[in-house]
Amino acid sequence: MKELKTNTDNNIQRRKFIRNILFSATALFFPKFIGAESIGKIKDWVLFGDYNAKDHLWGMGIDINKCIGCGRCVNACKVENNVPKVPYFFRTWVERYRIFKEGETVVDSPNGAIDGFKPQIESNGNVIRSFFVPKLCNQCDNPPCVQVCPVGATFRLEDGVVLVDKEYCIGCRYCIQGCPYGARYLDPETLTADKCTFCYHRIVEGLSPACVEACPTQARIFGEVKKKASPLMRFMRKHAIGVLKPSLNTEPKVFYANMDMEVR
Amino acid sequence: MKLFGKKVPEQVTRLSILLILIIVVFVFARSALVPPDFGKYGHYRASAVDEIISQEIKYAGHVICYDCHDDVVDTKSGGYHKNVSCEVCHGPAALHIDDPEEFVLEAPRERGYCPLCHEYIPSRPTGFPQIVSASHNPMKACISCHEPHNPKPPETPRECEACHAEISRTKSLSHHVNVECTYCHQAPDEHKIQPREFLPSKPSKREFCGGCHADNSDAPDEIPRVDIATHGERYMCWQCHYPHLPEAI
Repeated sequence: MKELKTNTDNNIQRRKFIRNILFSATALFFPKFIGAESIGKIKDWVLFGDYNAKDHLWGMGIDINKCIGCGRCVNACKVENNVPKVPYFFRTWVERYRIFKEGETVVDSPNGAIDGFKPQIESNGNVIRSFFVPKLCNQCDNPPCVQVCPVGATFRLEDGVVLVDKEYCIGCRYCIQGCPYGARYLDPETLTADKCTFCYHRIVEGLSPACVEACPTQARIFGEVKKKASPLMRFMRKHAIGVLKPSLNTEPKVFYANMDMEVR
Repeated sequence: MKLFGKKVPEQVTRLSILLILIIVVFVFARSALVPPDFGKYGHYRASAVDEIISQEIKYAGHVICYDCHDDVVDTKSGGYHKNVSCEVCHGPAALHIDDPEEFVLEAPRERGYCPLCHEYIPSRPTGFPQIVSASHNPMKACISCHEPHNPKPPETPRECEACHAEISRTKSLSHHVNVECTYCHQAPDEHKIQPREFLPSKPSKREFCGGCHADNSDAPDEIPRVDIATHGERYMCWQCHYPHLPEAI
């Protein structure tokens, strides 16, 4: 009888021991669940499904030698993003540069080039260089527009894309003034600031932006800035790359190849 | 009122009550005005990203068309338009993919659409195929001669001018107007089909220009003459004179 009782005692002790080990083991792992890193991960799952903003850094390459000024990118952008179909509201537009013998530079962009450019034979034949430059928000790594927003309605995500919160924007237009590239406009319907988002709703789905999709000559290349195998990095290795207004230290992520020094 | 055995002055009591009131009002106002998810990941409203992502996609992308229209995509993949996405001409296709019966895509068949890319504009990159639509078979629809999915000239252009309009126009103003292109450039026949693979020749010696411009040539007298051996020293003729407009310096 006594022998039996001792056995039971031992059993209970063993159970207690195993339970304690389980508890202490759980306690060991517990800090990992609430660690800052894990919270970041959980937040990313909740936010974007299987898209993790931390794994990406988006940029665009533009080969000026390939642009034919057809304006299909402007059209595709307006259709995709419901940009007002009237002039002066553009998320992307194409400029025509004409540099004259006397050193004068003339830039024009009739209606953002949404209907292309009209053929125009120079009367005096004094144009020495001429080309098209597509422009859009440069998605700066050091964005002036984000710095000047008084309410935090425009922000830079971890994947390098600068977005506008249309619900939170108060329409004060500081960011429109602050952007050195003229890439922002005030949406005439909502009276909030708006600009190119790199088609953020498309890139989280693995699609490329609408302007890249619509470019018939592949003058625009979209991809990762920091992954060696991405088409954008290959483009940047093969060409001498310039950015717009580098002296402002905005660190733009739209990279131009074959850019003339007159482009600004 | 006494604190730590000392009498607190009346004004301090009143001011502290006011301060506490201001703090309470501030805290309440802040919690009411600032959205709950503001500052969750950064200085912005976290749900704004979800709102931006929920925007409707209208361009379906260039890959998906192959699923149904594999014959057209195969035709296109062999031609000059292989890198032109279907949606460039046919418009946004996301609705068409959801319901192919209900939303039928249009194709631009009129003459106005193709010149958006192919009209001659001096600013366009050299070598891109361009026409002057006013003189290129006026009133005829482009697709009556060119298959848009695999475009190529229905007959090879007889004149160099068809592609090299700018040079031709420049030359027509110069004293070289009557010199045929083929006098200086020997173009293989394949050049008209695959212009970049088969390049025409270019003169490589000063003696070539000397054929007309040397002191001892048999060319007509009105052609200006120079001493080919000494004129311009070590430079080639075309380093100083533009052959298509030799009057220009």
